[in-house]
Amino acid sequence: MPKELPRAHMADGADFMVDVIKTLDFEYLPANPASSFRGLHESLIDYGGNKKPEFLTCMHEESAVAMAHGYFKAAGKPLLTLCHGTVGLQHAAMAIYNAWCDRVPVIVVGGTDLDAAHRPPGVPTVHSAQDINALVRDFTKWDDTPVSLQHFAQSFVRAYKIAMTPPMGPVAIALDGGLQQAPIPENGERLYIPRYVATSPPQGDGGAVRETARLLANAERPVIVVDRAARSADGMKLIVQLAEALQAPVVDQGGRMNFPNTHYLHQSRRGNALIGQADVILGLELADYWGTVNSFIDNGEEDGAGLREPRTKNGVKLISISSAALLTKSNYQEFQRFQVVDVEMAADAEATLPALIEAVKAAIPNDRKPAIEKRGEALRKAWADGRERAKDAAAVAWDASPISTARLSMELWAQIKDLDWSLVSSGNVSNWPKRLWAMDRYYHSLGGPGGYGVGYGAPAAVGAALANRAEGRFSVSIQSDGDLMYAPGVLWTASRHRIPLLSVMHNNHAYHQEAMHVQRLANRRDRVANLGKDMCPVGTAIENPDPDYAKLAASLGWWSAGPIKDPNELAGTLEYAVEVVKAGEPALVDVWTQPR
Amino acid sequence: MRGAPYLAPAGLAAGLFLEQGAALAASAENGKQVFMRAGCWQCHGTLGQGGAAGPKLAPDPLPFDALSSFVRTTNRAMPPYREEVLSDADLADLYVYLQSIPKGPDPKTIPLLNR
Repeated sequence: MPKELPRAHMADGADFMVDVIKTLDFEYLPANPASSFRGLHESLIDYGGNKKPEFLTCMHEESAVAMAHGYFKAAGKPLLTLCHGTVGLQHAAMAIYNAWCDRVPVIVVGGTDLDAAHRPPGVPTVHSAQDINALVRDFTKWDDTPVSLQHFAQSFVRAYKIAMTPPMGPVAIALDGGLQQAPIPENGERLYIPRYVATSPPQGDGGAVRETARLLANAERPVIVVDRAARSADGMKLIVQLAEALQAPVVDQGGRMNFPNTHYLHQSRRGNALIGQADVILGLELADYWGTVNSFIDNGEEDGAGLREPRTKNGVKLISISSAALLTKSNYQEFQRFQVVDVEMAADAEATLPALIEAVKAAIPNDRKPAIEKRGEALRKAWADGRERAKDAAAVAWDASPISTARLSMELWAQIKDLDWSLVSSGNVSNWPKRLWAMDRYYHSLGGPGGYGVGYGAPAAVGAALANRAEGRFSVSIQSDGDLMYAPGVLWTASRHRIPLLSVMHNNHAYHQEAMHVQRLANRRDRVANLGKDMCPVGTAIENPDPDYAKLAASLGWWSAGPIKDPNELAGTLEYAVEVVKAGEPALVDVWTQPR
Repeated sequence: MRGAPYLAPAGLAAGLFLEQGAALAASAENGKQVFMRAGCWQCHGTLGQGGAAGPKLAPDPLPFDALSSFVRTTNRAMPPYREEVLSDADLADLYVYLQSIPKGPDPKTIPLLNR
């Protein structure tokens, strides 16, 4: 039995809360200030000395939560954030949903004034709710509303523990304003702080692991598909070990940095073809298994439902290891279309891999080893051929203006490749970094938002850059224009707190995904899409006027340059910007680019 | 004067060539406008270079019959463009534009692709 920590001695309830918070070793607390948590705020900065956690001033609760999201993906440690009552939590909700979909822990504490007889009239009442956590209950792992200080201590440590146990996810604690400001009773209950002990992640059942190993070891064309499989650098090494034991291609869907693209078994570009030929498919923490093994064509067939066609051949065996199966709620539909599989483990993939690797090694018959080696040789050649094809494709519009995303990516790569770099947000640039950069460390790619909630990229990049700062890593972001404009105030947070980040704009002047959707529907209805005076259908362009992102960033304390329209101007500008960031400041280079 | 009969056909041929060249240039220019207006560039890029959302179209486009058949009747990821949305004349000009797009540099000559 773990020992409890000693009794806390202080006079104010919020000071005790700070003592509880400090036991969990949070480095930072990104938040927008608010009256509903003023009691805790004052204790954090004065009693707690504004250290562990250090308050980071944010200009939007959505930015604060997304910063915590990005931070976790680079650091592997969660952050705490504070939200102001009804309005603050509603601002935060989209970012909490992204974290939920992406299986990322964020500790969200929301202020509220519960006591209707005593809370101030007017605004504090408007910002209070009877059950404020109901706003986010559908997409948090757990929530509570403590009614005593001891209750807070238990719930806070419990919330942290739940958030950090795979499948990870955000949690919410509603914090009564009265409780924050109430003094600790002199002769009341003895307060204590429960000690945090990490929970072991769930592993796959032994029988299912052995059956999986048997299927994989005897497969002619096994394929490993990975999405949020590697929770850590160790997870990435384990996936490499499994792939090498089988000489099986790996298709990385990119939810995490699962597999080095420098390894010949990295075959993501051929993913659909490999899945189509496979006789056994192992899916590790896939967000969408159905979408992995089926295609969907959205051209109005079948009365508008679209065509749904299996990508796989008859008789394929499907295996899934995913902790998401342990945590499925009803309302929000991120669990995707239902897919029948042959072996399913409701378990954490990374925790299950050591046993699976051993089982696979034991299950490979000696007479299959030459065929497995031969499979590896073919994949080596396919990897090299794929690399050459990618270079050919990158050259096609090399000198184009607007600048091609391939050119943008490779000009950037030239400037950072010799640094200890981390791509903290990658926009939507046709996967060029994954095709042509050398990515072999866990922090080289941090994946996407999870819930596809636009507005994640900029704050998540700042949060991840904050984590990378402590490790001396160079953070670089390929920043979409539409994403930045959701809440550009996060740029100020970065300069205010001296978070070094090179942000290179993928400024394509539109919400192109949406432009394509409108075009699709116009075609379906045999109508010419109305472009108005823009390049894209009405309502999808970001031009006339063109936002000046360099001026925007400069006004918020960043070094900035652009807009750059001539690809030959990129190298010199990026070279200078890299030096600015190496000196510890954020820098933004605005680049006018092709759509994708 | 003796040379005139010979000069006249040569001048005529040159004139026809220039006329055809001008017509082709006009078609390519209109084709580019169509390529942008119809939203082709959204997925394929302004030079038809392709990307994550759509394959490469140029340089060296598919034969016209294959391309036009696909554009009109595709049931793949791209939505079909029927005549009401993209006329035959505009589709022909669009093809001339794709044909007019020059090859990019040889990737072997680009240092950034060979480090």
